[in-house]
Amino acid sequence: MSTVWLIPAFPLAGALVNMVFGRVIGRSAHWIAVPALVASFLGSCVVFARVWSGQAFTTTLFTWIVAADFETTVVALVDPLTGVMLLVVTGVGMLIHVYSIGYMHDDPGYARFFAYLNLFVFSMTMLVLAGNFLLLYVFWEAVGLCSYLLIGFWYTRDSAAQAGKKAFIVNRVGDFGFGLAIMWIWIAFGTLDYVAVFKGAETLAPATATGIALLLFMGACGKSAQVPLHVWLPDAMEGPTPVSALIHAATMVTAGVYMVARSHALFERSTVALDVVLWVGVITAVFAATIGLVQTDIKRVLAYSTVSQLGYMFAALGLGAYTAGIFHLVTHAFFKALLFLGAGSVIHGLHGEQDLRKMGALAPRMRVTAMTMTIGALGLVGFPGLAGFFSKDEILAAAFFGSRAAWALLLAGAFMTAFYTFRLIFLAFFTGPRMSKDVAHHAHESPRVMTWPLIALAALTVVAGAAVGIPSEHGTPFARFLSPVLPVHEGEHGGAAGVMLLVLSVIVVAAGILLAWFMYMAAPVKAETIGQPRTVLVRLLLNAWYVDWLYDRAIVRPLYALSVFLARVFDLGVIDGLVNGLGRAVVWWSAGLRRLQTGYVVNYALTMLAGAVIFVAYFLAR
Amino acid sequence: MAPESWYLALSAVLFCIGVVGVIVRRNPLVIFMSIEVMLNAANLAFVAFGHRLGTADGQAVVFFVMAVAAAEVAVGLAIIVAIFRLRRRLSVDDLSLMRW
Amino acid sequence: MIPAPPVALGALLPALIVFGTGVLVLLLDLVPPRTKDHLGGVALAGIVIALLGSISLWNHETRAFRDMVLLDNYALFFHVVICYAAALAVLLSIDYLRRNGVESGEYYALLLFSTAGMMLLASAGDLLIVFLGIELMSLSLYVLAGLFKMRLASGEASMKYFLLGAFATGFLLYGIALIYGATGSTNFDRIAAAAAARPRDTLVTIGLGLLLVGFGFKISSVPFHMWAPDVYEGAPTSVTALIATGSKAAAFAALIRVLTVALRAAQPDWSVLLWAVAAVTMTAGNVIAIAQSNLKRMLAYSSIAHVGYMLVGLVAGGVPGAGAVLFYLLAYTFTTAGAFGAILLVERSDGEAVEVGDYAGLARRHPVLAATLGLFLLSLVGIPPLAGFVGKFYLFGSAVRAGYLWLTVIGVLNSAIAAYYYLRVIVYMYMREPEGVEVRLVPSFAGGVALAIALVGIVLLGVMPAPFADLAQVAVAPLLR
Repeated sequence: MSTVWLIPAFPLAGALVNMVFGRVIGRSAHWIAVPALVASFLGSCVVFARVWSGQAFTTTLFTWIVAADFETTVVALVDPLTGVMLLVVTGVGMLIHVYSIGYMHDDPGYARFFAYLNLFVFSMTMLVLAGNFLLLYVFWEAVGLCSYLLIGFWYTRDSAAQAGKKAFIVNRVGDFGFGLAIMWIWIAFGTLDYVAVFKGAETLAPATATGIALLLFMGACGKSAQVPLHVWLPDAMEGPTPVSALIHAATMVTAGVYMVARSHALFERSTVALDVVLWVGVITAVFAATIGLVQTDIKRVLAYSTVSQLGYMFAALGLGAYTAGIFHLVTHAFFKALLFLGAGSVIHGLHGEQDLRKMGALAPRMRVTAMTMTIGALGLVGFPGLAGFFSKDEILAAAFFGSRAAWALLLAGAFMTAFYTFRLIFLAFFTGPRMSKDVAHHAHESPRVMTWPLIALAALTVVAGAAVGIPSEHGTPFARFLSPVLPVHEGEHGGAAGVMLLVLSVIVVAAGILLAWFMYMAAPVKAETIGQPRTVLVRLLLNAWYVDWLYDRAIVRPLYALSVFLARVFDLGVIDGLVNGLGRAVVWWSAGLRRLQTGYVVNYALTMLAGAVIFVAYFLAR
Repeated sequence: MAPESWYLALSAVLFCIGVVGVIVRRNPLVIFMSIEVMLNAANLAFVAFGHRLGTADGQAVVFFVMAVAAAEVAVGLAIIVAIFRLRRRLSVDDLSLMRW
Repeated sequence: MIPAPPVALGALLPALIVFGTGVLVLLLDLVPPRTKDHLGGVALAGIVIALLGSISLWNHETRAFRDMVLLDNYALFFHVVICYAAALAVLLSIDYLRRNGVESGEYYALLLFSTAGMMLLASAGDLLIVFLGIELMSLSLYVLAGLFKMRLASGEASMKYFLLGAFATGFLLYGIALIYGATGSTNFDRIAAAAAARPRDTLVTIGLGLLLVGFGFKISSVPFHMWAPDVYEGAPTSVTALIATGSKAAAFAALIRVLTVALRAAQPDWSVLLWAVAAVTMTAGNVIAIAQSNLKRMLAYSSIAHVGYMLVGLVAGGVPGAGAVLFYLLAYTFTTAGAFGAILLVERSDGEAVEVGDYAGLARRHPVLAATLGLFLLSLVGIPPLAGFVGKFYLFGSAVRAGYLWLTVIGVLNSAIAAYYYLRVIVYMYMREPEGVEVRLVPSFAGGVALAIALVGIVLLGVMPAPFADLAQVAVAPLLR
């Protein structure tokens, strides 16, 4: 048994201990959970070192399902892509665990929280390690389950419970596609093993490849909140903020990106599928950014931003720039986790206030938070030199050489990103204050245990891009590292056009920031003018283009009505009606008795009789 | 002696009468009697088929069925009595506490 | 002179042990002490002995009474499933009966007789034994369903179950008569030989149709399902657990044997019909379950839906399909008995807690029970790595390989719909504040043991399914030679 299995084993053990002995452990739960994560992170480092030396390997734990000619094992595939994902999951996870010690300090469900969080890290590392599609699916569901548990962690809020349920149901839609894709892969290849499937993909018929790839992408859309399955993610912000940072920004929601990148061999076989991935990504990137422009809840701004950035990642995958997509995944994990944790620190300092309209001028009171969050914001918008600059511009460059229309839209998205990000920063930290005197007086910087993770993530945001993201003749160092797994994009790098693109995107970003400055900084803003539906457009954006409303009216309500209809009317009305009709005929013939408005036992018997008549008639007709 | 197809026809008619009885009557006792008619229709068919096939199997089955039917009567009456004690009325139409 | 037929009771041994224990319980009921606690223990001991006996008889095939009773691996597999179901029901009953003031010796005796009937059904090699097994099983269950004599709902459940069950038996028996008339025998092998010689005989096909009515009732497939929600709701919960698991498994045991051995010649005919029945059953069960607020009733519709899934495996046919059904029944027995058991242990001051609202906030006050019930529900949804997932995987996998793609798609779609109503319960337990009346957890050692057994079962079957699936396939393989 390989040491690889220790990486998920530590968090699993931590989760079990905190779950079973939670009541006894209580406030000391982090003494179990955090060391588990540290051990897991160290294990990831060891594994990463092995991968670094060019060693990709598989390791089997045990044989799980055997069905005649088909065998599924619990197997890990460890290659550079796995290594990168493991480092992100356990590294960011570790920082967020530390942060949670402070953030969840007064919560009555302290042990439960750490148990769920550990369980999530276990599931996520297993998802990344999985060496076949079935195992991927298993932990795909498992991370989903942890996500719902954590979204609804504060279940005393009705909205939290509703959000958990919504996340589950929307994800089921995606998982339905994913399940079908797995079945189809099984039919097409006779195996679900990554290595065999990707080898066999080279000779796959394009139509089959398109079908499988699109169904897989449907699953990815659910998990990674792409249009039209994006609706659950903003609501998921009902969960505690460390959860939003870990699950709904840095790791779980990127599982779809990981899955598509992992199965790129299947997607490569179908231009249709790649185009769908590209355009869904582009549309999501722009669509979610527009909604982010007007949100007033600090976490919802970041949520729509996450949806938008995931769109960028998918756009990169759709363009064939897989390494760019994964690179953006990594940098995004750093700065988005940072932004969320920063937002959490603000919320903590203001005792639960999430409304941007009631914040302002927090920079003097929360220096570390303000500093680190501004760095995170600069990373997100792509300030030259920071992480997002390298990763986003790689995507934009790929788009420029792949599809000009996509590039134009993504550039517009970058503009909006810059605007809403700095709108958030200005409204929270610089203008104002707009909160009551009392709240302002009590606003305070968060404790060290919360600010240190912020500083660590800010450092990563600053250095990650420059360290591995500077493009050269043969792509970025990051891309070269992943080249055994993911093909290096055949785009044009560097050159005059590349420099022009860089300059252009910097100008666009600067314009976005400047606009935000003019709107919110140049003149003092009143709380009531922010996010007010003064125009039709703003109202549309505030209601997230009314997608939820549409789903409610078009799908949820009719389905529920159908269920009630079937239960109350169909079973006792229509079937009875049919059966009663049939029964009447029988009665007419036999005794002329017309006593058919009978009690229910009779109705049941009539239904059975109708079934019997149908069965016999069917057999006679054959 | 009548050909056994007559017996089979009678058995089919009996079966249908039983089925119709179950469906049109509301007194559980009468419904139950109709079910007994169905069982006896089957018994008649067994005997007729057994006669045609020249084996005793058909007749043997009938004894089993009769024994089972007797047990069914005991259980059925017990249930009916238990319900009657509680409700003082005997109509299956009253049994609609649980539905939908 | 007719020679006396050879009597080989060995083939009936497990069923006889259970039956004998039932008689013993009846006798012990007559002697002091007046408390009935020990009778539950006696019943449990009998079932456990039968269970161990069945396991030890594995690979020792016995046939008796001119092949009317077969004690082959197939029967033994079902013996194990049925014994587990019965053992869980007994464990759940012990405190439950005392709590409701209906402790009685005949309860356990009837439960054991019913179990013996189920085991007989599983080892039936003859339609007459099928009939006898069904009657022995059902007559006992009719009475057990009406155990709460003072409750209207219980009496109503008993009456509906009895009248409709007897009605279904009428169809079944007439079908047997017609098949006997057409083939000259009630023995499976001889029917198979005769039916193969004369395919598409009218009498056989009508008989098959009527047989399917009788079996359709016992497994509660649409359109013979309507009794199930009422009976599940009205019957004592421990009895509901047995009806939903043991009786269904036994009926499936006989159904699979009849269809794949006796009437294999008609497979093209019945598989098309069952295709439609499977699709309608799972859809109706799941869709109607959504609108339910009573948990027992919801689980009833859910169990109807699960019958639809199992019929998918039967339609797919072959060793993979039939083996998948066997495995699913094992998984389903643990899951469903566990779910009913968890419900049985929750009580409100004015009776049983069966409304979904009663479960609001349960996780906070009884975290272990809430987590246990949650796992059973997740297994019913088919969330890996629990038994329900692996079971569905085998079922739909066999259907895919047999080429029934659309049926599989319907099944997967149904699984997605089903998640909604199972999850609603979990949402209530974990994400709602308690509303209205206070519910409490009934302390019950036996009940706890039952839940623990079921829990271990679903996790074990989910994580290490391969050996059990192998056993299921070994059990069905001889049928399909």
